[in-house]
Amino acid sequence: MKSNAIVFVLLLGAAGLLLTAGAVPCSAQMDINIHTATGPMESHIGDVTGHSEQGRAYYRRFCIGCHGPNGDGTGENAMWFDPAMGFPKPRDFTAALFECRSTPTGTLPTDQDIFNAMTRGFVTSNMPQWRPLTESERADLVAFIKTFSTKWETQKAGTPINIPPETPINIESILRGRELFQKLECWKCHGPAGHGDGPAASTLTDDKGNPIRPYNFSIGSRFKCGETNQDLYRIFMTGLDGSPMPSFADLIKPDQAWDLVHFLRTLQPLRTPEAALWTPYFAAHEKEIKPIGPEAPPGGGN
Amino acid sequence: MRLRLAVMLALILLPGTAMLLLAVPPSGGSISGKVTYTGAPPKMKPIDMAKEPGCAKEHATEPVHFETVVTGPADALQWVVVYVSAGDKGSSAPTQTVRYDQKGCQYIPHVAVMEPNQPLEVFNSDQWAHNIHPMPKVNSEWNKSQPPGTPPIMAKWEKPEFIPVKCNIHPWMHGYFVVLNTSHYAVTGKDGDFSLKGLPPGKYTITAWQEQYNSQSQEVTIAGNETKTVNFVFKVLPY
Repeated sequence: MKSNAIVFVLLLGAAGLLLTAGAVPCSAQMDINIHTATGPMESHIGDVTGHSEQGRAYYRRFCIGCHGPNGDGTGENAMWFDPAMGFPKPRDFTAALFECRSTPTGTLPTDQDIFNAMTRGFVTSNMPQWRPLTESERADLVAFIKTFSTKWETQKAGTPINIPPETPINIESILRGRELFQKLECWKCHGPAGHGDGPAASTLTDDKGNPIRPYNFSIGSRFKCGETNQDLYRIFMTGLDGSPMPSFADLIKPDQAWDLVHFLRTLQPLRTPEAALWTPYFAAHEKEIKPIGPEAPPGGGN
Repeated sequence: MRLRLAVMLALILLPGTAMLLLAVPPSGGSISGKVTYTGAPPKMKPIDMAKEPGCAKEHATEPVHFETVVTGPADALQWVVVYVSAGDKGSSAPTQTVRYDQKGCQYIPHVAVMEPNQPLEVFNSDQWAHNIHPMPKVNSEWNKSQPPGTPPIMAKWEKPEFIPVKCNIHPWMHGYFVVLNTSHYAVTGKDGDFSLKGLPPGKYTITAWQEQYNSQSQEVTIAGNETKTVNFVFKVLPY
């Protein structure tokens, strides 16, 4: 993935050289008017302060092709993204709705959340990692993204959810997590085995009415919003706003959330500590373990 | 159980007596009328709930239909919100809770009206999970899972807005939270009738909103305790 990003930047660099070589007059790219909704904005990433006025130039250079001059996700490349093929449309910054947040559903993300998403990229979309930009450049871009919606003037970012230390990974925790997967009906979208093929999967749409796929655990990729157990915890506790993925924060306690994390890890074809415990346990107890899905009795089996 | 009954009685009686005491002069005029349509309304399709067998079974004898355009006898139009959009002198924030239910994979009622910051409780009366996903633009969007047997989700909306509500698990589920800056509103039933009461003398703009056919407004002046009649006719097109 990282090497992809490097190739991408090299290509961009090459394109830039061609432009400056005189094939196209410089004024051609300057004619694009960017329409923002607010005055200048700042972002705060650790000790780094980002400034939207600086970010504007980077946005024009790196982001406008997909996210568009109005920040609404309708850049000239956007038409080539086919959500039905699993490639979501570019984010519409005018809606100020962000999937990957550390903050509760219904609240704005922190500056750091947007910075992290930009840095990390989205594995299942065309959004690359932007590590080649310096931290300060990325902070400027975060500030600039916020100028596309007045919500950043009228609302504060939410308070990040508290993630207590991870509970021990053991077979009991995995089994409890499995019971939650049944009871909370995660399988309705993600499928009984986590293949992203539950009964509701084929009709899911995002807020714009575009088809969207539930995460398929069996492909073993990183998650949309990170790769660690903490990231996984955060995903289902905050929900991915603008997508069908709801928040479960009001329904389960932190211990249960960790149980669910431990079970979800067994659905991935990875050598995780959870899989190391689960695989032999499942082999030995396959007959007693009730299958997940609609046939299970109300309340769920384990 | 007895305690709950007592609390319920108290909840009904207390505001009732308070209103009797306050309402010494029978307050204001009223506006009533009917909402109808002209043209050919689209036929609402029956909903196939096969993907949620429990819901399909519940409606096996009588399938439910989409509620985007619901008509009644004599060209009546249901689920139209009629409200005072200008001229309201304002009222105190309502404390009464608005109840919104998910039952048989349907929203009940299809359209729920409330005022800014009025408490809203969303219930799941089904034996399976729903995700309640209101999609406002002005207010903040959220999306919460609600498995069976879990407590109601409490919410409120800060700003006036027509907010579509959906359940991603059951994509046919579709409703509205209508947040209005007035306590003078009504939702039409099968007969298309509405009535707005307790309007002090003054000039009002009355607006009728239908989710598919937008809004239309009329000016009405109320003097004294009179009752005025205002009718709305929506030109209905199959969409």
